[in-house]
Amino acid sequence: MPEAATRFEVREPSEHTRVIEIQGDITAASEDVLMEAYGRASEAGVRAIVLSFGELGYMNSGGIGLLVTLLVRAQRQRQRVLAYGLSDHYRQIFELTRLDEAVSIHDSEAGALEATT
Amino acid sequence: MTVDRKATGWAESVSHLEVHDVPEGAVNRNVNGRRVTSPIQGFGKMWQKTYQVRLPAERVSAPDLIATWKQRFPEFWPEGSSFYSPLTGIEPGEVALLSMTLPGRMKLSTGVMVLYADEESFTLMTPQGHMFAGWITFSAAERDGETVAQAQVLMRASDPIYEVGLTLGGHRQEDAFWQHTLTRLAAHFGHEGEVDTQVVCVDRKRQWSKWRNVWQSAAIRSALYTLAAPARLLRRDRGVG
Repeated sequence: MPEAATRFEVREPSEHTRVIEIQGDITAASEDVLMEAYGRASEAGVRAIVLSFGELGYMNSGGIGLLVTLLVRAQRQRQRVLAYGLSDHYRQIFELTRLDEAVSIHDSEAGALEATT
Repeated sequence: MTVDRKATGWAESVSHLEVHDVPEGAVNRNVNGRRVTSPIQGFGKMWQKTYQVRLPAERVSAPDLIATWKQRFPEFWPEGSSFYSPLTGIEPGEVALLSMTLPGRMKLSTGVMVLYADEESFTLMTPQGHMFAGWITFSAAERDGETVAQAQVLMRASDPIYEVGLTLGGHRQEDAFWQHTLTRLAAHFGHEGEVDTQVVCVDRKRQWSKWRNVWQSAAIRSALYTLAAPARLLRRDRGVG
């Protein structure tokens, strides 16, 4: 499978929270880069992982599967997963796949960060 | 022409499944009014199972393989199980009805919704009451002169009873099911393929808060329906109901 044209930047807005900025597409081919980014974000003491979808290009069902896997890994570490920047279309996809029942969705980064406190 | 990929491929959001046209021979039971379920809503351990078969790329390209797989999907299934394709084919949002034989020759009527479909892959998502909560993605890709056909299941058993069933042979039966399907798919293109199977336990924890899913169990409801058949016949003969 071709390498995913995706970048995941990790930011540290507070001691217990990390933001993973998603830039590009998420497909099954993104597994290694997404999990590597999660590994960087998931340091000891981190209690919340915030996924930023503002620069998401495209996501297929393989990408949604990866998010479920990331969610399970985060739950094992007792971390919450939050998201912001989803377009209306991908909000609907989160509802359709019922990912919204486990990932807290917000309109903005400020809203997501506030929800982590 | 530019295609907006964001707008294609995915099913429209639905709260509950509805079957509009029931194909001949299919049983529309345990599907209407049900919600779809992801692994998040399931009970058992979470598994990712990947089945792959490799074909020479000169036999079939990846897009042609997917087109054929969608079009002839039921033909590759093992005997004893039936997939009733939607009349419009495997298209996003369509619902297909299934009839399966479980261990003990028990018949199970359920269905799946086409969550996603494009030229490279398609994904079927299960409703409440299905054996497992999750989805199966069928895809094809070309690598090193070969076309690799893949079925990948991401799932949790829906409830404690299915979890026991999967542990006591159900997983083995499921592996055999998809290995058989991929072998048949390869044979359709004139290739005798060997199926590689990779099973990963993504989460060993069971979600005990979901044990109540048993209430929706298609297996229990199908069994009760079968057991009640004599009573239904009697009522019909007496002209009741």
